[in-house]
Amino acid sequence: MERRVFSVIDNVRLNETVFDLRLAGDTSGITAPGQFVDLDVDGLYLRRPISICDYDEGSIRLVYKVVGKGTVIMSAFGPGKKIDLLLPLGNGFDRNKSGDRPVLIGGGVGVPPLLALAKDLMSKGKDVKVALGFNSKSDIILYRDFCEVVGEKNVFVSTVDGSFGKKGFVTAIVPDGSFCYACGPLPMLKSISEKIKMRAELSLESRMGCGFGACMGCSIMTKEGAKRVCKEGPVFDKEVLIW
Amino acid sequence: MVDTSVRFSDLLLDNPVVPASGTFGYGKEYAELYDINLLGSFSFKGTTLTPRFGNPTPRIADCTSGMINSVGLQNPGVEEVLHSVLPEMRGYFHKKVIANVCGFSIEEYVETARRLSEDESVGILEINISCPNVQHGGMSFGTDEKMAYEVTRAVKRAVKKPVMMKLTPNAPDICRIAKACEDGGADAVSLINTLLGMRIDLKSKRPVIHNIKGGFSGPAVFPIALRMVYDVYNTVRIPIMGMGGVSSAEDVIEMMLAGATAVQVGTANLKNPYACKEIIENLPKAMSFYGVDRLQNIIGEAH
Repeated sequence: MERRVFSVIDNVRLNETVFDLRLAGDTSGITAPGQFVDLDVDGLYLRRPISICDYDEGSIRLVYKVVGKGTVIMSAFGPGKKIDLLLPLGNGFDRNKSGDRPVLIGGGVGVPPLLALAKDLMSKGKDVKVALGFNSKSDIILYRDFCEVVGEKNVFVSTVDGSFGKKGFVTAIVPDGSFCYACGPLPMLKSISEKIKMRAELSLESRMGCGFGACMGCSIMTKEGAKRVCKEGPVFDKEVLIW
Repeated sequence: MVDTSVRFSDLLLDNPVVPASGTFGYGKEYAELYDINLLGSFSFKGTTLTPRFGNPTPRIADCTSGMINSVGLQNPGVEEVLHSVLPEMRGYFHKKVIANVCGFSIEEYVETARRLSEDESVGILEINISCPNVQHGGMSFGTDEKMAYEVTRAVKRAVKKPVMMKLTPNAPDICRIAKACEDGGADAVSLINTLLGMRIDLKSKRPVIHNIKGGFSGPAVFPIALRMVYDVYNTVRIPIMGMGGVSSAEDVIEMMLAGATAVQVGTANLKNPYACKEIIENLPKAMSFYGVDRLQNIIGEAH
């Protein structure tokens, strides 16, 4: 982990509540898709943890939903603004487990960190399939990005209200594969854990204090004892989680 | 050259800056960022006799100029701390540490303190009679003079190392508790632990923290902490480790003027992992600016 100052390239609204923030800065510390950053937001005491959607040598992309005070302030960030970040945080996805036909499952604002993972797995020559679930058509994010990376025929979408793709939950449209990587709301992860036969890594979310393992604010109990979501996670093997 | 060193009980500290228990783990995460041997010392995560997972999550709530935590003393228990955590810690921290101890009965406090006191790295035992996040323990000992006296006396009888009692601002009169600890034989007191607080989520209309209430800390509590250190300094003769919202070199100096011999830095570490390093680096400049040659000489100067 390092503390770095990044500057805003742009902060584009993707839909009513979701923004796409691109930041320029030193990303050399990032070791895996699925890691996150902790942003110092003006006027707030604690930093805000946001998963890294995508990154290259000189920039990161954070796709976040406006849900509270912190993200409301973030949504007003304009180009050139300097932001103090801690990064990279957490373990990220273990790509060595993927096998040849990995399946990525995302739900709602849990979708973003899977984009960098999809790129990484494609670059390793894997046959990647992506299943994305949203509440409604208007909530869909990053669909075109995933189509560009893995090909349109490999991206499957479901919406709860049936306004786009297959009606229902994302767990109903998961294709066959060698290994599953998932990020999304807890009920979705629980359902994947129970219904999907594939081995899987699941990325969890938690209210955090520090984001780097010092305060024990985000701990969960697993089959291997207490773990910090921010440090030993946020990505956990499905087998160690207790539901 | 200014002199930042202070003598605190048995320990000669290079500087008075000590990360507070619960905000610094066992130092490992910070040692990856900077050489933590520049600290005066640090107080490691509160230890109990048996392992504890702590409270259900959410355990954290953000606040204006501070935060609430309800971690509930998550720790691997004294056995694991002695046999695996502290030996590993000696690899990256070479000074004496402060062992923070919590319990649910006088017997547990005594046994945990006795075991930790036998470890070579432990310089001072900090007996936490002020944790607001556990039932039937912690703070219930620190809000009652008689209990505070009994715990202090029992622990003092069981260990040879200096005993520092960590006090709660939630007591009706913190000075009376401090006096009870001094009467019980305490070598020092540390204050303040967190103030009991809560937040409510406006969307769900439910408390943010699973256990409803938690300990409020951060810059917002600094004036309260300062006042309590000032009052306790008037009440006891044993040294005080002052804490509560300290976030800058100037705050350290102010705490010492109020009567603290050394100063703990807590919540600031969670927002800025380099907080203690920056405070220590800024201390000489701040001392020069305010005409302080020797920190040891300003303790209680505001009185």
